Amino acid sequence: MNSPATLSWLAGHEMRLGWRDWVALMTAGHRHRARTVAIALVVFAVFMHFFAYWIVAGYADAMLASDTATLVGVTGTLILSWSLLLSQAMEAVTRTFYARADLDLILSSPVSARKVFAVRMARIAGASVMIAVLLAAPFINVLALRGGARWLDAYGVVAAMGAVATAAALALTVALFRTVGAKRTRLIAQIVAAVIGAAFVIGLQIAAIFSSGNISRFTALQSQWMLAHAPDASSAFWWPAHAVLGDARALMAVVAFSFALLVIAIALFSGRFGEHALAAAGVSSTVVRQRRWSAAFRRRSPPRVLRQKEWTLLARDPWLISQTLMQILYLLPPALLLWVTFRHGDSYVVLIPVVVMAAGQLAGGLAWLSISGEDAPDLVASAPIPTGRILQAKIEAVLGMIALVFAPIVAVLALDALFAGLVAALGIMAAAAAATLIQLCFRTQAKRSQFRRRQTSSRIATFAEAFSSIAWAGSAALAAGETWHALFPALVALAILGGVWLISPKS
Amino acid sequence: MHSPVDRPIALALRGLSKRYERPAVDALDLTVYASEFYTLLGPNGAGKTTTLRMVAGLLRPDAGSIHIDGIDALADPVAAKQITAWLSDEPMIYDKLTPFEYLEFVAGLWRIEPGVAETRARELLGWLGLAPHAHERCEGFSKGTRQKVALAGALVHDPKLIILDEPLTGLDAGSARQVKNVLLERVRAGGTVIMTTHILEVAERMADRIGVIAGGRLIAEGTLDELRRQTGKGASSLEDTFLTLVAEQAA
Repeated sequence: MNSPATLSWLAGHEMRLGWRDWVALMTAGHRHRARTVAIALVVFAVFMHFFAYWIVAGYADAMLASDTATLVGVTGTLILSWSLLLSQAMEAVTRTFYARADLDLILSSPVSARKVFAVRMARIAGASVMIAVLLAAPFINVLALRGGARWLDAYGVVAAMGAVATAAALALTVALFRTVGAKRTRLIAQIVAAVIGAAFVIGLQIAAIFSSGNISRFTALQSQWMLAHAPDASSAFWWPAHAVLGDARALMAVVAFSFALLVIAIALFSGRFGEHALAAAGVSSTVVRQRRWSAAFRRRSPPRVLRQKEWTLLARDPWLISQTLMQILYLLPPALLLWVTFRHGDSYVVLIPVVVMAAGQLAGGLAWLSISGEDAPDLVASAPIPTGRILQAKIEAVLGMIALVFAPIVAVLALDALFAGLVAALGIMAAAAAATLIQLCFRTQAKRSQFRRRQTSSRIATFAEAFSSIAWAGSAALAAGETWHALFPALVALAILGGVWLISPKS
Repeated sequence: MHSPVDRPIALALRGLSKRYERPAVDALDLTVYASEFYTLLGPNGAGKTTTLRMVAGLLRPDAGSIHIDGIDALADPVAAKQITAWLSDEPMIYDKLTPFEYLEFVAGLWRIEPGVAETRARELLGWLGLAPHAHERCEGFSKGTRQKVALAGALVHDPKLIILDEPLTGLDAGSARQVKNVLLERVRAGGTVIMTTHILEVAERMADRIGVIAGGRLIAEGTLDELRRQTGKGASSLEDTFLTLVAEQAA
């Protein structure tokens, strides 16, 4: 029997909450969509297996006694995946710290808070392991199909990576709490998570750009320098790679070490978790005094007042800035490529679509914040301004921010090649305007704090936004190559917009 | 005191209707006079909030007309909104703005002269006890303080008609008194207040007239004495009178 307040009872409670969270995330809160979502997941899994086949089928014959190049390649891929898992785990740990939810209930109950939080940490680890296994499954299955069952050992390595990522995320977040305090931890943890998630990819791309002038991360991993400086093949550093390649002893060592690390982390940190969560809950009642340039009210038109409000709210919300930081971080390699290209006078065909794509994605996020994430919708709707003018001001606010971010890149491009600069500017404007219009068509009423979940509220808007940005990026790439074929992806992008308008809810 | 009918009409609703799955507001006729404190009472789901949201221009009615100070609010919503303020039970303010900045934002939306708006804002912040917090971000404020900031926002553009939906919900006694005093002051200064509340004592003490709504229709209206006479319960409390009226309607 599962007695109340025991570890297993608490674990059952956490699993039920986790399952319901996941279902709500997948179905955007509409339970009747569960069947559709299940079908979509199966289709997605099949698609991912084909995708994985295309990517990894050629490596299925890699042997246990592999050369350094193979070990470097496998380890690099593992570190790349692990950095993303760590980023996700940090996000989850921070969210748990700052979500008030059932904190009062837990801390006022006679159950040991340490026990409850230990189970909660285990739940985070379970979620990390599950995400890792689900993402890796298509690749492992394809390798096992082509190269034999020994590849199934990789499941163990992936689970171990999830466990280590959670342990590291707990240690990092608690360390942040103790060093910078509850007030700043949320922001810094978000930024650290974003930087960790992007750093390895970006670092390899930057190395590749400097070494060979292209943006592929595998170029750096397989470079002579990397192979010359890699540890000896017998080093314990390669155990995870050996485990992936089917070495059972290495697998056991990696799994044992990883889960031991997780247990130690949970034992170490669960006692202080409640204390940190309480400190985090107190952050909202801290006073933030705001200095002003002018003590007097300023004369501004209503649209300008609205634009200014959007910019002020964004500038004062570091959490939201960190949420959009990833998209800006990914601009770093293209910017470096731009610099390298500028020096060598090469083509811009690779650079322009990346910038256009980033502009579309960033505009989509900002448009959601501005249009749907209005915290005082009644106030704005009851103001004596026509609805169209309100929306126009909000769109202007979004496009103004896009212009601010991308103008320097366009300016540098235009200095080197006017045509390329013009194409980039037009592509950025088109992608940003299209993403904004898509958000306008699917606008809802939400709190800005729900930004992280915006993609689940309308998957059609999310996919339309992504495909529209890709189409505009393609069009810009072809236009930069001075071919009239650029019209085709532009027409596809316009068709996406038309489709969005047709199926969007009409109020 | 003038009889209500001597005064100009501040709000006139005629045949106002709104239907969701069932009628929320059903051919409602209602008249509120200038400088009047009018309280709308009714059980949950009676149609009070829907009615007020239509008056504030936040919902489009299916049928009927809304006139605010003689302006057809459906034909010229911008002009009607210029003289109207809306305040709901859930204070909608921006966490990252200070009360001072919030009031500047609202004054900008209503195109109020900066000098005039600033003077008014400082007065309101003082009356509502918000002056010490004027330059603190709203994110750390209690619900009562947030509601007072929202009320200051509703009053900073000096509206002729103030529409409030359960404005005292969740306020402590001190905050509630401050809000009530400010509202009574606005009525004395010539403004009109129409307010819904579940706190019958507030309606009893503050309202010039009380309207009782049920099933989307106005089932009774008048001063407290008139309502008592209507139910035949001479010296009863408003609570008894209200419950009798609603029970009669349900029967």
